[in-house]
Amino acid sequence: MGNQKKIIMAKNNKFYPASGGVNLSRPPMSIGERGLSSPFSLKGRGWSRKHLLGLAELSAEEINTILDTAGSFKEVSTRNIKKVPALRGKVVVNMFVEPSTRTRTSFSLAAKRLSADVVDFSSSGSSLVKGESLKDTARNIEAMGVDIIVIRHSSPGAPHLLSKILKASVVNAGDGPHEHPTQGLLDIFTIREKKKKIKGLKIAVVGDILHSRVARSNIWGLTKLGAQVIAVGPATLVPDEFKQLGVTISYNIDEIIPEVDVINILRIQLERQNTNLFPSIREYARLFGINSERLKKAKPDVLIMHPGPINRGVEITPEVADGKHSVILEQVTNGLAVRMAVLYLVSEIK
Amino acid sequence: MGQILIKNGRVIDPANKLDRVTSILIADGKIKSIGTKIDKADEVIDAKGLIVTPGLIDMHVHLREPGKEDEETIASGSTAAVAGGFTSIACMPNTDPPIDDEASAEFVYLQAKRTAKANVFPIGAITKNRQGKELAEMGQLVRGGAVAFSDDGEPVSNAEVMRRALEYSKMFNRPIISHCENKDLVGAGVMNEGLVSLELGLAGMPAIAEEIMVHRDMMLARLTGGRLHLAHITTIGSIELIKWAKNQSSLGRINVTAEVTPHHFTLTDKCIKNINGGFDPVFKVNPPLRTQKDIEAIHQALKDGTIDVIASDHAPHAPEEKEVEFNLAPFGMIGMESMLPLVITELVDKKILTLSEAVAKMTVNPARILGISKGTLAVGADADITIIDLEKQWVIDPSKFKSKSRNCPFAGRKVKGKAVKIIVGGKVIAL
Repeated sequence: MGNQKKIIMAKNNKFYPASGGVNLSRPPMSIGERGLSSPFSLKGRGWSRKHLLGLAELSAEEINTILDTAGSFKEVSTRNIKKVPALRGKVVVNMFVEPSTRTRTSFSLAAKRLSADVVDFSSSGSSLVKGESLKDTARNIEAMGVDIIVIRHSSPGAPHLLSKILKASVVNAGDGPHEHPTQGLLDIFTIREKKKKIKGLKIAVVGDILHSRVARSNIWGLTKLGAQVIAVGPATLVPDEFKQLGVTISYNIDEIIPEVDVINILRIQLERQNTNLFPSIREYARLFGINSERLKKAKPDVLIMHPGPINRGVEITPEVADGKHSVILEQVTNGLAVRMAVLYLVSEIK
Repeated sequence: MGQILIKNGRVIDPANKLDRVTSILIADGKIKSIGTKIDKADEVIDAKGLIVTPGLIDMHVHLREPGKEDEETIASGSTAAVAGGFTSIACMPNTDPPIDDEASAEFVYLQAKRTAKANVFPIGAITKNRQGKELAEMGQLVRGGAVAFSDDGEPVSNAEVMRRALEYSKMFNRPIISHCENKDLVGAGVMNEGLVSLELGLAGMPAIAEEIMVHRDMMLARLTGGRLHLAHITTIGSIELIKWAKNQSSLGRINVTAEVTPHHFTLTDKCIKNINGGFDPVFKVNPPLRTQKDIEAIHQALKDGTIDVIASDHAPHAPEEKEVEFNLAPFGMIGMESMLPLVITELVDKKILTLSEAVAKMTVNPARILGISKGTLAVGADADITIIDLEKQWVIDPSKFKSKSRNCPFAGRKVKGKAVKIIVGGKVIAL
């Protein structure tokens, strides 16, 4: 990867995150006790975005910048004191208008490790259930002096709406079936860490592609970095139009298993089985569930990934989820580093 | 009311196959003569370099009164109509309460008489409360002033109800205006189903949902001999079907006409991805914005006569309703004040339609479908006239609109052509 030298440089500087594309040949003004504060602008150095709304609009360079920055932040989590002052004095609001455990906890911890003040906001018990519009709610929260709003919402484009009406940075933590950029990034980060490259890899994304924001963010990010993505699932959930995004389509998991380097297994939402998109969970598990029998035909170093939460016995069997190919928990660990990187990068841009 | 003379204008009246520079004399609110030698009158309008047409008709608008007077009223909507060059509009019955009985139709008629600047023709509902179950009292609606029947905004999903509507309405020689949408196929869709909806993760409304209903209703029209008008047609498939139906004769002529809107012949679903940072609900409309291929098919269908009418489907919504998540925003965009320049800029200037063909689709054709004595400059007709400056270049600015609402998808667009003067029933209104 073109940005590896920057990671190495960052390692030399224990307290400073290397942002890919950020040229560290100019030394930071003050490090040491002050730790991770940014003494210079990232603008023109590989990152200029105030918001992270999706991976569709990012360039390969921008994606690499985030991944490299995350690489440096991952080290912070291994320290005895897992905290740096990069976002000290800043306020991050986690506005989760749709249920979430891991993403919300991950963003919360990421912000705390950057020393930001963090407020968790959920729709239940909020003014949104009293009929206040998202626009008014967000403006009121912002009026309290917020620097970054992390939003999870069931409507595609809700983060885009906020980015147009707020002065704060907006980070998309999942907007309906549209995008889940930090999940896409942490998936790619994990693959890159394990495989030492992205370009040329064959990566299967298996499941309900049509309704999956994780699939979309993976497709955008991976194809930009030169991987070949195969979308696998029932014909009802893998529309032909995906081909126009540079993706190969397959309805047969057994056919593609031998050739892929990574299998990213999506959660099958149990409520979908009553919508005629597939007849039953049982049939789905038979046709597309990843089990150890199927995996026998896979490459010996195949990676098994899953964004969670897992339906054990549906899209993945327990022995695969917990088996030697699985990097599912490492994805979670990496998610923290990726989200620290994203919060840090967007906070630098006014 | 005295005499008005319009002279030196290029008079285009497709109803009378007229396209030449001549003069029009108006007396007592009626057309008195065309090509008159008289050059004196109480009021003389010099239309040199301008186009003079029968008052334009927009046969598909939503005026929101009664029920949502914050978004539009019969007064404000008819003022917007006049500003856009329309002397007559036909308003859809999806108000609150809906126009589904004699009294409510008469309310629109009377309220228009009291407050409207243009002629307003109410369209009555096909079914009671627009629920698609029981036929509305069509005979009474006609007595109340209804010129057509439509549950617009909602399809009549039950084919048997639609069959009876087409049969029953024959007694009044009034058309059934069909909003073609199969609700099962549309589901929770919010935009055209295709590559863009897939990229954006927004639920799609497939073209086939329209086409199936277009086909169903034309077959029912053939069965019943009823008069069918297809509102806001948007897809290649629909156009192929309509073209086929209009050429049928062996099993009996299908009495069908069809309309398109300016937004469907100008904009595509890509607007939802590319404009204003994406996901702007100003582009959310039903039927949805389709693709460039559909636009090309619509152009061809306008040219070859498959499409009879251009109408705006003017659908006002309050700002707070549209400044929400895309999924939650209501469908609809306003259109009366941008329609004429879009017809000129997108169709006439691009040589898709001649000026006369374009004027026909906004005058004589909708008048014939609605059975109203408008859309013509025949001697004795109501003196409804639109005077158009074809060359005027301007930028669409919804903040200057007369409509109460601002949900216009064409803000900032450079266009050509504008109505500069309008005469409604012999009364001159400068614009």
